[in-house]
Amino acid sequence: MTTYIIRRLLLVPVLLFGVTVLIFGMLQFLSPVERTALYVRDFPKNEKAIEGLIKRYGFDQPFYVQYWTWLVGKVDKTTGEREGGIVYGNFGYSRSASQPVAELIQRRFPNTLDLTIWAVAPMILIGIWLGVQAAVHHNGFIDQAARVFSIVGTSFPTFVFGLLMLLIFYANLHWFSPGRLSDEFNRVIESDAFRHYTTVLTIDALLNGRFDVFLDALRHMFLPILTLSYINWATFLRVTRGSMLETLRMEYVNTARAMGLPERDVIFKHAQPNAMLPVLTLAGFSIVGLLGGVVITETVFNFPGIGSAAARAATSLDVVAMLGFALFNGFILIVANLVVDVLYAFVDPRVRLS
Amino acid sequence: MTALTPSGDNTLLGQDVATRKIGRLERFLGPENYRILTGLLKTPASIGGLILIGFFIFIAIAAPVIMPPVTPNDPYKIPRDGFRSDPRPMGSEWTRNVPDIPFWYKAVTGKDEWVHIMGTSEGQYDIFYGMIWGTRTAFQTGLVVTFSTFLIGIIYGSISAYYGGIVDNLMMRVVDVLLILPGILAVLILAAVLTPRIGKSLIPAMAALIAFGWMGYSRIIRGDILSVKERDYVLAARVIGVKDSRILFRHILPNAIFPTLVLASLAIGDVVLSFAALSFLGIGTEVGYADWGQVLSFARNWITSLNTYWYIIVWPGLTLVFFVMGWNLVGDALRDVLDPRMRGKT
Repeated sequence: MTTYIIRRLLLVPVLLFGVTVLIFGMLQFLSPVERTALYVRDFPKNEKAIEGLIKRYGFDQPFYVQYWTWLVGKVDKTTGEREGGIVYGNFGYSRSASQPVAELIQRRFPNTLDLTIWAVAPMILIGIWLGVQAAVHHNGFIDQAARVFSIVGTSFPTFVFGLLMLLIFYANLHWFSPGRLSDEFNRVIESDAFRHYTTVLTIDALLNGRFDVFLDALRHMFLPILTLSYINWATFLRVTRGSMLETLRMEYVNTARAMGLPERDVIFKHAQPNAMLPVLTLAGFSIVGLLGGVVITETVFNFPGIGSAAARAATSLDVVAMLGFALFNGFILIVANLVVDVLYAFVDPRVRLS
Repeated sequence: MTALTPSGDNTLLGQDVATRKIGRLERFLGPENYRILTGLLKTPASIGGLILIGFFIFIAIAAPVIMPPVTPNDPYKIPRDGFRSDPRPMGSEWTRNVPDIPFWYKAVTGKDEWVHIMGTSEGQYDIFYGMIWGTRTAFQTGLVVTFSTFLIGIIYGSISAYYGGIVDNLMMRVVDVLLILPGILAVLILAAVLTPRIGKSLIPAMAALIAFGWMGYSRIIRGDILSVKERDYVLAARVIGVKDSRILFRHILPNAIFPTLVLASLAIGDVVLSFAALSFLGIGTEVGYADWGQVLSFARNWITSLNTYWYIIVWPGLTLVFFVMGWNLVGDALRDVLDPRMRGKT
């Protein structure tokens, strides 16, 4: 077990290096002048000044030098101050949001986290439940219905489904609205009386004892959660169904049946736990996907998370901010990958022994 | 000595030993590949999918007949009926930039003049025009991206698998890193970096989708090649001193490529979906280009009044859903056929 974890940990720096090189490498499609323009706020018109800037920031240097500067920043010889350097959390300045990228991530991430917390349970549990039902009633009516459901689900682009939800529940029924909070509650959370303990809105609302704020926040998140769930149910259904069907064919399940256990126990106590292994991986990655910000869903519902900020940065060609988001996202992914692998080894002894 | 020609009654044998005629196509493809192909034509769902795909192919080919372009030099430019910003409902009169009347129009609609069949979107872009010509855009992007990713994946995967050892290890780690990059963000960055260089067109988004889309194929083909590589005829070829590249491209690849090929051809739906998502976010073509995602993105400013302007999302949305569904239906059948646990069952 320990060797497995160590082996897995050793891979992390390699992945980090690869991801950063790739992300930085994409910048090389821009010319030195364009790259300078990304980082300098008042871009000079005259050529001499531009060249001076390129020299100063080292944009004419070879790739590996630039990469290193980008990574650890540059110490000013006269003042001793460090400029830039992503390892120090210095991701640069986002133009589309008019603030430093690190600050932008810090402000947007709690919202994305909030959405993730509430979306995980319906997304995973209902998906698994559907899959188990489809497998238990293999080739029956429920199975066929689940199949149709999953094909329709995978065929719906997120933004089409999201827009349709807005059409039905917002424009026509007025039940739910896009955004984060209603105006009246926005004033509440901006007032001094409302204390931000965790910066995650629903949790803060509960800690402050403001159930009205809590419910309003949930109401605004309902449609994004529904959209995310619907899109993901299809995948969970398919993976659970396949894994469950395979498990149900195993000898030990037959043994359990032969011993006269009730079918309920056979399915839920004996077959399902073993069938959950591939689902575990999928769940891990879905959660990570949500944490990294769901670009399209957040954009459609105008939800102020990481994803919608990334979309806005992309449309206004704010490359600096996008690099920041990609790095943040890549980092989460690498850590989550590690966690999922280690968890997997805990749950399934075959993995750590191989 | 008895006669060499078999004589006697073989009908009893025929009942126990299944005999069937092997057609020319089966002989050409080989039994395993033939099974995949026929498996796709068996279930009603996949046939439904093929019909949907066929329908869209028909629209793409017949686009100039269904909807004569207003600017023949640039048929992908959606004609604008004026410049008013708010959408106009279905069936409203078409006054400016009217296309020619095609032969089917009077018979189907019973009208003498063009109307906006599906209404107009923000800025008076005709939605129906966008749907018809957008089908061509969809196939263009889908085919180019799929073919390119397939080609890159095949070449990369076969080199990695054929040489094995440290080369394989290194090449697959690169794939790991690429796969760990957050998909849509990486595509967005690359498209955003390429856009000022190339200009607003289909190319930046397509290039980005290609750059981050080939890894899956290289993994699959690698696995298939690793199994084909062990076969005796490959060893035989090596023994008689055939060059590496010839063994790879003439002996191994043709025997390993088919499952990946089928898989790739069905990925067109996904590619079109990703592309539409990019144009929905505003990366990709210039405003007014006939492209489903872009037509949908016009709706983003009208969320509050979607109850009146429902047609600006329903028609483009449904078009996209049916297109993707066609490919998914076939893909679902394919997954069953390719599933090794299903092998041997018909």
